[in-house]
Amino acid sequence: MIINHPLLGPRDAQEFVYLGDANLIDRPDPSSSTALDDFHDYLYLRDNPAGSHRELWFHEQGDRSWLVVTRDTTTHEITHVELASEYAKRQGRDR
Amino acid sequence: MRYSALKVLMEGLRGNTGWKPVWRDPDPQPEYDYIIVGGGGHGLATAHYLAKIYKRSRIAVLEKGWIGSGNVGRNTTIIRSNYLLDGNEPLYEFSLKLWEGLEQDLNYNAMVSQRGILNLCHSDGQRDAFRRRGNAMILNGADAELLDQDQVREMVPFLDFKNARFPIKGGLLQRRGGTVRHDAVAWGYARSADSHGVDILQNCEVTGFKIEKGLVKGVETSRGYIGAKKVGVAVAGSSSRVMAMAGLRLPIESHVLQAFVSEGLKPLIPGVITFGAGHFYISQSDKGGLVFGGDIDGYNSYAQRGNLPVVEDVLEGGMALMPMIGRARLLRMWGGLMDMSMDGSPFIDHTPIEGLYFNGGWCYGGFKATPASGYVFAHLLATDMPHETATALRLDRFRSGAMIDEKGAGAQPNLH
Repeated sequence: MIINHPLLGPRDAQEFVYLGDANLIDRPDPSSSTALDDFHDYLYLRDNPAGSHRELWFHEQGDRSWLVVTRDTTTHEITHVELASEYAKRQGRDR
Repeated sequence: MRYSALKVLMEGLRGNTGWKPVWRDPDPQPEYDYIIVGGGGHGLATAHYLAKIYKRSRIAVLEKGWIGSGNVGRNTTIIRSNYLLDGNEPLYEFSLKLWEGLEQDLNYNAMVSQRGILNLCHSDGQRDAFRRRGNAMILNGADAELLDQDQVREMVPFLDFKNARFPIKGGLLQRRGGTVRHDAVAWGYARSADSHGVDILQNCEVTGFKIEKGLVKGVETSRGYIGAKKVGVAVAGSSSRVMAMAGLRLPIESHVLQAFVSEGLKPLIPGVITFGAGHFYISQSDKGGLVFGGDIDGYNSYAQRGNLPVVEDVLEGGMALMPMIGRARLLRMWGGLMDMSMDGSPFIDHTPIEGLYFNGGWCYGGFKATPASGYVFAHLLATDMPHETATALRLDRFRSGAMIDEKGAGAQPNLH
C-alpha cells in the first residue's frame, strides 16, 4: 500500500505504524459520570466496518506525524489522507 | 452410509458407482429450535455436538456460501494445546483430546497426524518462560517436554543453530500436537451433523436478526425469514459485521493473516516448528508442500489478501531459521480474516440479547480449537450455562477486568 502523505507525497505503508480506528482521537471526558463505561467503549469496542474505514497511521520512519487515512478494508484502496491534527481541529479540538 | 475398508474395497470392485452425496441440500423450514450462523468448522462442530452429545433436534446451520469456504479452508492446519493461562489451556487441551478421537467419532478420515510441535527458544529468559508454560500445560493434563540444544539438533539438524541474532538454545515440544486435513474437518462434521438430522443450508446469508423486546425471534436470510428459539453465531472473521445487525459492537478488529505453500518436496520437516522470535512457523503437508506463515499484516482488512512487506518478513524469517528452503519455489499464498480480540483470546458467551449467543474472536488460533469450540458452544446453547472449560471466555471481560492476555497481543499489543 502507498500512503499519499499530505506533506511528503507518496510513501510506502511500511514506513508507518498502524494504530486503528480514527475515533480513538475522541477521548472521552474523564470527569463525566459515565466515564467508566465511556472509557471501556473507547478502549475496547470497535465498529470494524467492511468498507470505508477512517484510521490512524503514524509515520514512524518519516516525519513522525499522525495521519488519518480513509481506506477501504475490502480492497485496501486509500481514498483520502490528512494530518490527524487537522482532522482533530475539525472535530472541535483545539490541537 | 458408514465408511470402512470393506466399503472402499467393494466400491472399488463396482467402479465406485455406489458413493452418494453425504449431506442433504434441504429447503429451510419455517422455524428451528436452534440456528447456527456460519457453516465453518466451529459452526458445523457445534451442530454435530448439539445433536449427538446434547440430543437436541430441529437444528439448522446457515452458511453464506458453501460450507468450509471460510477460514476452516484457509488456515495452516495446526493443532496444539501449548497455552499458559487457566482461562485458555483447559479448553485447548479438551480440544486436543477431541481431535484424538475425532475420526472414530465422525467415522471420517480427517488425517489427524500427531507429528509434534516444537517452539524454539533463544535465550535463558525465554527458556524459563517455556519451562513455566510447559509446567502449566502438564498441570492441565497436556504433555510438554523441554528440549536442550542437542535434543533439538537431533530432531531438526537442518536449522541454523548459530544464527547471530537468535541462536537456538532449545525448545518446548508438545508431541501430541500436529496437523489435520482442514477441509476434511468441515466435511466430516457436516456429514455427521446431517446424519443426526441437522439441516445444512448453504447459500443462505443472514441479512438481519428479528429481535423483539430483547428476545431473538429468528433471522432474515437470503432464502427468506427463518424463525428460531436460539441463535448461535460462529462466523469468526466477520463477527463484527454479523453482530452489528443485532446492534452490538464487539471488542474485535478484523485483520488479515497470510499463509504460504511451497512446491511439493520429499519428506523434510518432521513436525511443526515455530520460530516466534522471527515471526515464522512451518510444517510440511502430506502432499509435500511446505506450509508456513508468520504475523498478521497489522491493519484492519476484509480483503482476504495481504501486502508484500509481510511476505518479505515471513520469508526472511524462514531463511534465517532454515536457509535450505531458499531453493524451494513458492507455489501459492493467500490471506484469511482474523477476528482479533483485544486480549488475544476468544469469546464463547451469551449476548445482552436473550437467545442470541456468540462464538468468535479466535484471532489466528481458531482451527486447533474447532472440536472444543463446537462442544462448549453446543453446551452453552443447550444448557444456557458455560462449559467448565470455557467459563472465562466472557464477552464482558474487558469491563470486569478479567482479561485473558495470553501473550499480551490482540489486535494491537499495547491495548492491555
